[in-house]
Amino acid sequence: MSERKQLERLLASGWISRREFVKRMVALGFATSVPASMLASMPAYGAPKKGGTFRVGLGHGSTTDSVDPATWENAYTQFTFGYGSNNHLTEILPDGSLGPELAESWEPSTDAATWTFKLREGVEFHNGKTMEASDVIASLNHHRGEDTKSGAKGIVAPIKEMKADGKHVVVVTLEGGNADFPFVLNDYHLAIVPGNADGKIDAKSGIGAGAYVVKSYEPGVGAKLTRHKNYWRSDYGHFDDVEVLTIADVAARTNALTTGEVDAIDRLDIKTLHLLKRNKNISIKETSGTAHYTAAMRTDTPPFDNNDVRLALKYAVDREALLQNVLRGHGVLGNDHPIGLSNRYHASELPQRSYDPEKAKFHLQKAGMSNLKVDLSAADAAFGGAVDAAVLMKEHAAKAGIEINVVREPNDGYWSNVWMKKPWCMVYWGGRPTEDWMFSTAYAAGADWNDSFWNHEKFNKLLLEARSELNEAKRREMYVEMQRIVRDEGGVLVPMFNNYVFATSTKVETPEQMGANWGLDGNRGMERWWFKS
Amino acid sequence: MSDATESTVGQTADAVPPPPPRQRKLADAWRALKKAPLSAKFGLVVIAGYVFVALFAPVLTPYGESEIVGTEFEPWGEQFVLGTDNLGRDMLTRLLYGARNTIGIAFVTTCLAFLIGGVAGILAAALGGWIDQALSRMVDILMAIPALIFSLLLLTIFGTSIPVLIVIIAVLDSTRVYRLARAVSLNVVVMDFVEAARLRGEGIGWITIREVLPNIMPPLVAEFGLRFCFVFLTIAALSFLGLGIQPPTADWGSMVRDNATLITYGDVTPLLPAGAIALLTVGVNFVVDWFLHKTSGLRDDQ
Amino acid sequence: MYKLVKLVAQRLGLGAIVLFAVSLIIFLGVELLPGDLCQEIQGQAATPETVAACRKELGLDQPAATRYLNWLGNIAQGDFGVSLANQRQISELIGVRLSNTLFLALVAAIISVPLALALGILAALYRNTWYDRAVNVVTLSSISFPEFFVAYILILFFAVNFGWFPALSNVSPDTPFWERVYRVILPATTLTLVVVAHMMRMTRAAIINLLASPYIEMANLKGMSRSHIILKHALPNAWAPIVNVIVINLAYLIVGVVVVEVVFVYPGLGQLIVDSVQKRDIPVVQACSLIFAATYVLLNLTADVLSIVTNPRLLHPR
Repeated sequence: MSERKQLERLLASGWISRREFVKRMVALGFATSVPASMLASMPAYGAPKKGGTFRVGLGHGSTTDSVDPATWENAYTQFTFGYGSNNHLTEILPDGSLGPELAESWEPSTDAATWTFKLREGVEFHNGKTMEASDVIASLNHHRGEDTKSGAKGIVAPIKEMKADGKHVVVVTLEGGNADFPFVLNDYHLAIVPGNADGKIDAKSGIGAGAYVVKSYEPGVGAKLTRHKNYWRSDYGHFDDVEVLTIADVAARTNALTTGEVDAIDRLDIKTLHLLKRNKNISIKETSGTAHYTAAMRTDTPPFDNNDVRLALKYAVDREALLQNVLRGHGVLGNDHPIGLSNRYHASELPQRSYDPEKAKFHLQKAGMSNLKVDLSAADAAFGGAVDAAVLMKEHAAKAGIEINVVREPNDGYWSNVWMKKPWCMVYWGGRPTEDWMFSTAYAAGADWNDSFWNHEKFNKLLLEARSELNEAKRREMYVEMQRIVRDEGGVLVPMFNNYVFATSTKVETPEQMGANWGLDGNRGMERWWFKS
Repeated sequence: MSDATESTVGQTADAVPPPPPRQRKLADAWRALKKAPLSAKFGLVVIAGYVFVALFAPVLTPYGESEIVGTEFEPWGEQFVLGTDNLGRDMLTRLLYGARNTIGIAFVTTCLAFLIGGVAGILAAALGGWIDQALSRMVDILMAIPALIFSLLLLTIFGTSIPVLIVIIAVLDSTRVYRLARAVSLNVVVMDFVEAARLRGEGIGWITIREVLPNIMPPLVAEFGLRFCFVFLTIAALSFLGLGIQPPTADWGSMVRDNATLITYGDVTPLLPAGAIALLTVGVNFVVDWFLHKTSGLRDDQ
Repeated sequence: MYKLVKLVAQRLGLGAIVLFAVSLIIFLGVELLPGDLCQEIQGQAATPETVAACRKELGLDQPAATRYLNWLGNIAQGDFGVSLANQRQISELIGVRLSNTLFLALVAAIISVPLALALGILAALYRNTWYDRAVNVVTLSSISFPEFFVAYILILFFAVNFGWFPALSNVSPDTPFWERVYRVILPATTLTLVVVAHMMRMTRAAIINLLASPYIEMANLKGMSRSHIILKHALPNAWAPIVNVIVINLAYLIVGVVVVEVVFVYPGLGQLIVDSVQKRDIPVVQACSLIFAATYVLLNLTADVLSIVTNPRLLHPR
């Protein structure tokens, strides 16, 4: 992390002024030109207005949710606790790059296996305690070890050792080099919370260091939060109070926004979006990120163990039609790999795969088959419209002489009984902010969620090499090659990337550029947005 | 309906009076029908229309049940009379096929529920004693579990195929029928004429069929009319929780659910399947009312 | 009268057995569901190790029989235990929601029961007139619409277009009484539209069913007025089926309103139990089921007692 880059990010996120930026750049001996793209992302006039009670209605949230960071799994807990009442060591900025948060700066060793984090001083938790290195270590340890049930266990598993060097430096040693490690620390689970004397955290307390303090919380109903008086930064957290409600039914959610009972909602009903647009008091927002839909084929099970069969299926699907029908165009075509437009090394040079029944027939013949009959398991638990998508795929593939039998699975228990069990099924991926994270989660041989049970020697080797490569150009080359391999030889059909579509009342002001890593401005609308004056 | 065809097949053109008893019965029915109030006639026409549509759906519809024939949400027009749905399937076709699936499922389910619940209820009332106790407590247990939660559990365990759906809804519904059948039968079995029959030494079967059943028919038939329609609603509620009839099968309950959000923008599309359910409900219950009126022995002038 | 007391005592005893049977059925049912709490909570993010760790922590690695007996032992001491998912005391979790559910049911019942009785009696009185038909068509149409659809229509008119009532009924324990009533008007109206037809039609049918009885004929011959006959002679004997239907509908107002709760975001028990079934949080499902079952047993007993009290033949069998 060069100091210049960090300064640029500070500017982009709007927490140093342009004058401050110029001053510090001069001090560092750089020429002083502010990139125009960075200024665009800053609010046009002065500071956002403070105050007001911001009410959000979210489609997620269950009575079984809790404030324990290890259990956060849905957009409700992510938005309210993950990024609302908590801070992390790093922050993914609206443009997709990484900025500092509770860590002021960080430095890798040359092999990218040891990382030294310098913590921000004077950060106060909601209970008045000041953040120290021991809190950071306790927080991360909550997700490590034998007996953790954390959803983040897999991503902190490579941590070999964590050491405090004084009160404000943490040195993390990894099992191997990972140039993206600071990105991982932005995962919503890895909130920094106060540690106890025994090195553990109090997972039930709900105390964090974020912009908002949880006043009351009723799982599955809603939470009330109020601004943290001693929050360490003044450019985030403009609302005085925030209420986050669970409104599971999409029509109810939309009605609540229409009647002004909430100020923002997520997960709009795409089917009726054109009707909602007519309402002048509502502003519809859309961000295109890393979330995507896939149809994962088990490459260890016939007939999907034959790459020609997989290619035939990849050519037998009309992605344009799927995008139009299932997402009404609110998304981006997929190219059979999981790297999205907002990822740093997205391979735009790869030609877009299109619907070609003739090519599908060709590959089928190459596989020694004249026709093919396969089962495709689907349920709307995978993603809204998954069953419709499967039915459409059946129609498309019929033109290539492939008979897809759509098996409608129950929504309940889809992830435990269908996903990674049935030979071919519909899957949703929230996506990951870095290529390495995505690939090592679902494409590396033996990975827990490698849902295509894929094992590609060259890919696995490249993945390891790219992980510890600090040279940008070389990394890019490697990741492009990996995207090509996944596209042409992988077991996953990626028809499309879905946009996050959400809406606010026109009273709410949002920055021009919003985070695309999750919906609602990277799930940080609570601290990044404000009310119009 | 089947009565009519059977008897006409058996007739010769030059049949001489007096007509065989069957035909006389038919003639009586026809006379009763002619005298029926307007509402009952309306109800009968509606039911006949629905049955016709249900039976001949494949002939009447321009397209296949789940065939994608156009682009999504096409407006009403010549090619697609009622437009297309969210996947580009013809709405009219879906609606007509929906008649077949919805009515078929609801009818089978309700009959099954009345067979189980009605028989058990009357027996419990007529026999009393430990049989009554055992049946009533069993029903108590089943009814004490919230129906929607119970169906949620059972459908998740056994899957959401149509036969499973029918059996589960029928069994859960039969508990309600049982309670009603038992309650009204209890009122009847303490009546003098039943006691007289008992004293005469009539068997339990005879008493049930000849004395109890005719006297409890009216409330049971009224209940049948409503239960029949409630099946649609149960299916719609289950589809709200994601456990209804699975696509691409067309059924009105799920069609309302799929298009329900449109109503919040004043779009009438979801009113089509909902209206189809409502019309049938009204029709069935008008006929039920007429029957109720006739069996109550009241003269029309009262 | 002694007989009645004995009957009530007997039925309460049986009620306890019913509750036990319900708890067993529900426990087995949830056990039979595919997956367990740990898999469901971790969802797509589950790995074998984290699932195993979670099961160990929550005691889900023990055999089902052991867990059921433990639970039964605690229940016998009045301890509902804690939610497996978030370790909250179940009694605390349920308390607020139960009072919300009862409140909504009460408001809906206060509107719907008198309305249904009045409409039903009037329909019997003026049977086969245009009034009778109109009431029938309106109530039948209202129950033909799925309840979420009725709710959407009410919201469209009364919340979105006119702005008279809120679209959300999110009450909290510190909501003042009248504010609470105001907020539940729309869900209560929805429920009223859903249950009123059933009760009204049964009232009408039960009364008409009695009109051909000899004693009514007698009253007729005596020249009594129609309204007098229906109210004083037919209605008392028609109570049994009417009360039964009212009880079924009251039970429905308490236990069957999950869809209305979801649409109006009303924090009642229905949503809690559906969430808990989906996440396999057995202790919570059990506790909710027991409350629902107890409600049902008590209402049922009330109905039976009322049926007996209103029918002398049942009260004094020969």
